[in-house]
Amino acid sequence: MMMNILVVGIGGQGVMTAADVLARVALAAGWDASKTEIAGMSQRGGVVSSQVRIARRVLASEIVPGEVDLLLALEAAEGLRWCHWIAPGGRAIVNTMRAVPPVVSSGRARYPDDPVGDMRRLGVTAQPVDAGGIAVALGDVRLTNTVMLGAAAESLPFEGDALLAQVLQNFAGKEKLRRLNAEAFAAGRAVTSPVAA
Amino acid sequence: MAAISSHPEGDAMPTPADLPQVLFLSGNEALAIGAAEAGVSIAAAYPGTPSTEIVQKLGSYPRVHAEWSVNEKVALEVALGGSMAGQRSLAAMKHVGLNVASDTLMSAGLTGVGAGFVVAVADDVGFSSSQNEQDSRTWCRFAHLPVLEPADAQEAYLMAREAFDLSERHQVPVLLRMTTRVCHVKRAVRIEPPLPPPPRIEYKKDTTRWIVTPNHVGRRLEVRAARDTALRDEAESSHWNTIEPGADRRLGVIASGPARHAVREALPHAPLLSIGFSGPFPIGLARSFAAGVDAILVVEEADPLIENELRAAGLAVHGRSLLPPFGEIFSEHIARAARALLGEGEPAPAGGKAQAVFTRPPTLCAGCGYLGVYFWLSRMPNAIVCGDIGCYTLGASPPWDAIDVTLAMGAGIGMAGGIAKAMDKEAVKRPVIAVIGDSTFLHSGMQGLLNLTYQRANVTVLLLDNRATAMTGGQDNPATGRDFNGNIAPMRVDFPKLVQALGVRPERIRSTDPYELPTFLKVLREEMKADEPSVIITTRPCVFTPDFERERPLVVEEAKCNGCTNCLDVGCPALLVTRREQRVRPSGTTVELAWVEIDAQLCTGCAICAKACSRGAIVRPVPERRVIKLEPA
Repeated sequence: MMMNILVVGIGGQGVMTAADVLARVALAAGWDASKTEIAGMSQRGGVVSSQVRIARRVLASEIVPGEVDLLLALEAAEGLRWCHWIAPGGRAIVNTMRAVPPVVSSGRARYPDDPVGDMRRLGVTAQPVDAGGIAVALGDVRLTNTVMLGAAAESLPFEGDALLAQVLQNFAGKEKLRRLNAEAFAAGRAVTSPVAA
Repeated sequence: MAAISSHPEGDAMPTPADLPQVLFLSGNEALAIGAAEAGVSIAAAYPGTPSTEIVQKLGSYPRVHAEWSVNEKVALEVALGGSMAGQRSLAAMKHVGLNVASDTLMSAGLTGVGAGFVVAVADDVGFSSSQNEQDSRTWCRFAHLPVLEPADAQEAYLMAREAFDLSERHQVPVLLRMTTRVCHVKRAVRIEPPLPPPPRIEYKKDTTRWIVTPNHVGRRLEVRAARDTALRDEAESSHWNTIEPGADRRLGVIASGPARHAVREALPHAPLLSIGFSGPFPIGLARSFAAGVDAILVVEEADPLIENELRAAGLAVHGRSLLPPFGEIFSEHIARAARALLGEGEPAPAGGKAQAVFTRPPTLCAGCGYLGVYFWLSRMPNAIVCGDIGCYTLGASPPWDAIDVTLAMGAGIGMAGGIAKAMDKEAVKRPVIAVIGDSTFLHSGMQGLLNLTYQRANVTVLLLDNRATAMTGGQDNPATGRDFNGNIAPMRVDFPKLVQALGVRPERIRSTDPYELPTFLKVLREEMKADEPSVIITTRPCVFTPDFERERPLVVEEAKCNGCTNCLDVGCPALLVTRREQRVRPSGTTVELAWVEIDAQLCTGCAICAKACSRGAIVRPVPERRVIKLEPA
């Protein structure tokens, strides 16, 4: 078994944290895992992506385009940007929130009207999640990545509850944040698998 | 699988004694832990992607002196000094940083070391955050140094543990050559049992070695030649160079660095000579490997150094002509090269077609003082603006397009001096401006300014002091007032005094607030008119520093807005367009109008946009008065 997960979004959305959690929970579950990071210029509002590979033994850390099993897009247009990396039979979970960059505001580029619809027209199995909306309703847009991890919980080679436990480990000793993240995770999980949640 | 520590820092966690500890670490963190376990005492660096986290991590060990030196040459000298005086030492830098440090490195190749001395150099293969792609292994050939090339975090950890010993045995600086994919990929790293403490090495004066005057150099070159032979022997038998036989002997692969894993993934049955100790190159080992296979593919990132050495040794090998000429080498590249060599057909390409989605280039942050600087520079197309390396390099991108040249650390001011002298030959002179940040100025901009004043070159220098080495994550420097650990530093550079000492007349040294657009423009115009070098110091701190003060977000009063788009010229990411219109003026020209709103999450209340607005339509809302009702207990 080799599972390739591509987490994408923009700087500041918690792409790296989400990818880190996925790799750590895989390791704790007895798999080998790798996670790519980027730093430097790309963090200044630019495109951020992290590749997580999970297998009995991971060789190369980079995913071949066209071999992504799960695309976790923390921003809608970023989902469309990366969706050609998805393998036949793979799927995308997409935050419907739109982060409009200055290049669009200034009129030099256009934001797609319906990124999830565009992905579906390309034959991608895409699950929209209003993760930004859920996070804001819970009081903090920074919960977005936890909502998205909750939405991915049933698509991974380990228990959803183990993923939740790993998310909460980042907030050890911070009861309010633990509670908020648990709620965010449950809300995301309810979108993709109402029964499990 | 052994126990996994889940501590987010990857630091030691208690695990059962019978299980080896496994940590989830980036290559940079793993290298730092390995170096710490080998007993490194002095660690010096100038921050630079992808190398920064090495010394950042070493700073978490109380027994290590870790520092952000003012530039890479000084960092290398600090570490070499530590080694000369008997402490295991490490210098870390990115590939282009080693160019800066190279003069000292070349001499260190002659003197050798005292205690173990390791230079960790991170090549930005794929140039995600650099002005160039370079192969630092070239320095090993140039300065006669051994080079170790880890393929992943586990090897970075193990090689760092061993490199100091290698350095001491051969009395030589060791290059530990990282690449982006090793530095910034996290993997499970198995932690080894502790090492014995390093041997105590006492400093003894040895002038024939440490003073590289011509009368000593001949002897040192003899020592170096003998060392080269010893190192080549060591490479031939190094456990870092291994042969995996493989069942399919039609094509053997010689590979180094992270591409080795990609080779195994693409060609699971090919014989593989893995090279971890790659310089001096073990030619004998390669010959014996070559004897057992029909053809050889060499896979190495950046420059084809191994490939060229093999050719020079008379081995017929394939390599760069079948692989990408630059950037990272992935398994699909290797599979394609192998198919070409074996005469196999190309399969249908996997994956769909990339969709055309707008680009999302990195941009200046909301509240960044540079927004005010570039608002005006973008309106001065006649000025020639020399940029430099830092967040302010972004002024070269839209909507500002305000920079003419960006080359290398500190190069902008030097270039500006030459451009100013060239302008002296023109009938109609164009004003010359240099833009440089606080950390880059202290790194290598100061010398350029000294030259400007000495040569009377008419340049207006904008010294953008945002009190941080911002682009690499906000490290401290001598101008921030804080030390490596964020504590109060023993000194803080006084920029007006410093530039005056470098020859700028006091009348031509101005400190201004870039948020205050009209005042800033006035100062800029005055200094551009002056017939001598000027320095304008901007005073707003980076939004990520503790000095930054966020204010209440602004709002747009729609009724006052006429859609003129002046505010959008600021380029702030917190300004969002809500609607656009085209209008035809009485003169017949069409104007593009746009109305905006402000993202309250992003807005820091800096009000640069409000000052750009001619209609007073961007305002700071008056806070609602809170009525506190006192209720009886």
